[in-house]
Amino acid sequence: MLNEWPLWEVFIRSQTGLAHRHVGSLHAPDAEMAMNNARDVYTRRNEGVSIWVVRSADIVASCPFEKDSLFEPADNKVYRHPTFYPMPEGVKHI
Amino acid sequence: MRAPLSQSATRELPPTVGDGGKMAEVETRFQADFDASISASIKIEPTDWMPEGYRKTLIRQMSQHAHSEIVGQLPEANWITRAPSLKRKAILLAKVQDEAGHGLYLYSAAETLGTSREEMVADLLSGKAKYSSIFNYPTLTWADVGTIGWLVDGAAIINQIPLCRCSYGPYARAMMRICKEESFHQRQGFEIMMRLSNGTAKQKAMAQDALSRWWWPSLMMFGPPDVESANSAQSMKWGIKLFSNDELRQKFIDQTVPQADYLGLGIPDPELHWNNERGHYDFGPIDWDEFYNVIRGNGPCNHERLRVRRKADEDGAWFREALAAHAQKCASRDGLAAAQGAPC
Repeated sequence: MLNEWPLWEVFIRSQTGLAHRHVGSLHAPDAEMAMNNARDVYTRRNEGVSIWVVRSADIVASCPFEKDSLFEPADNKVYRHPTFYPMPEGVKHI
Repeated sequence: MRAPLSQSATRELPPTVGDGGKMAEVETRFQADFDASISASIKIEPTDWMPEGYRKTLIRQMSQHAHSEIVGQLPEANWITRAPSLKRKAILLAKVQDEAGHGLYLYSAAETLGTSREEMVADLLSGKAKYSSIFNYPTLTWADVGTIGWLVDGAAIINQIPLCRCSYGPYARAMMRICKEESFHQRQGFEIMMRLSNGTAKQKAMAQDALSRWWWPSLMMFGPPDVESANSAQSMKWGIKLFSNDELRQKFIDQTVPQADYLGLGIPDPELHWNNERGHYDFGPIDWDEFYNVIRGNGPCNHERLRVRRKADEDGAWFREALAAHAQKCASRDGLAAAQGAPC
């Protein structure tokens, strides 16, 4: 029976002003039950002011074996960081 | 079940790995990356390559841990309707609900390794999977509820805090949530013990009786002595286990004995005494025959616990089916409405 219930990922906004953050997952037959279960399982101690539930199957994830080709190009562009540009002692506010 | 997030790791191997020697070569490279991550304390995540043994060990350990949380509800649930006041009843309800939540965090974390909830639950109900032997002891009086919170949850905290730093990301994150919630469990137990210890002679005797029965089983919660612990060395190498069973047991004793002293209760071990040289308490031998006997299924409540779990599973089947049927009906109605251009 349980394997007919899809998996849902749960995201919680802990307070307004902050982004929703992934907190875990659960099984539920539909969105309404997923929301109910997320509230019971993940917000028993005021952990949130807003909940998102998303079917896990709807999440597209990057492939771990493409990690190098995806993220390495960012590694060798030190000039994208302000620390790449040394500023002289006397120059302020920059 | 969790195809998009965990199984893609094996599915999306580069196509070249199918041919002969290249497979072994790729394996070796993955193993080297894995070893490097472990030694640099970089967490392993569901989509990362991991050795089969690591995956299996984690599935076994995490599902056993989840089962323990679920079965652990039963000894205390016996007392929800018998709690001595509305306040105690509300507290106990909240604690038992937390245990259910802890079980769910852990089942979810275990599922990221490619096992399914259904398999894990089936293994628990069939008796194939184990859970902590402590929950096969009965809760005879209200003082048992206090003692479970104080000793059993106390021992669990000592076991679990290091797991917040374990090498598998989802397990470590689940443990952080659990540890945050666990401290309330231990304190409410100790508070019950304080009230009983400061109560009538009869109440204090009840507290002493509970401590006397739960002390040794609590020490067994840390598992067999290091010399007999079969999987410990490998688990330590993998960063799944950070301290040995005996180290954790000693830590528990050292911090619990002064708490018992405070309560004015006696620990049922004539050999227990402070060893100045070691800076630890020395303690008497543990009856490991009892431990193995309970694990083999012959504890006082093994049959009762599984009977109750199976009954809950069977009694809830119609409801789970109804929920699934309702979801299916709504989905097909929404689908039809969408096809006809009506708003859902």
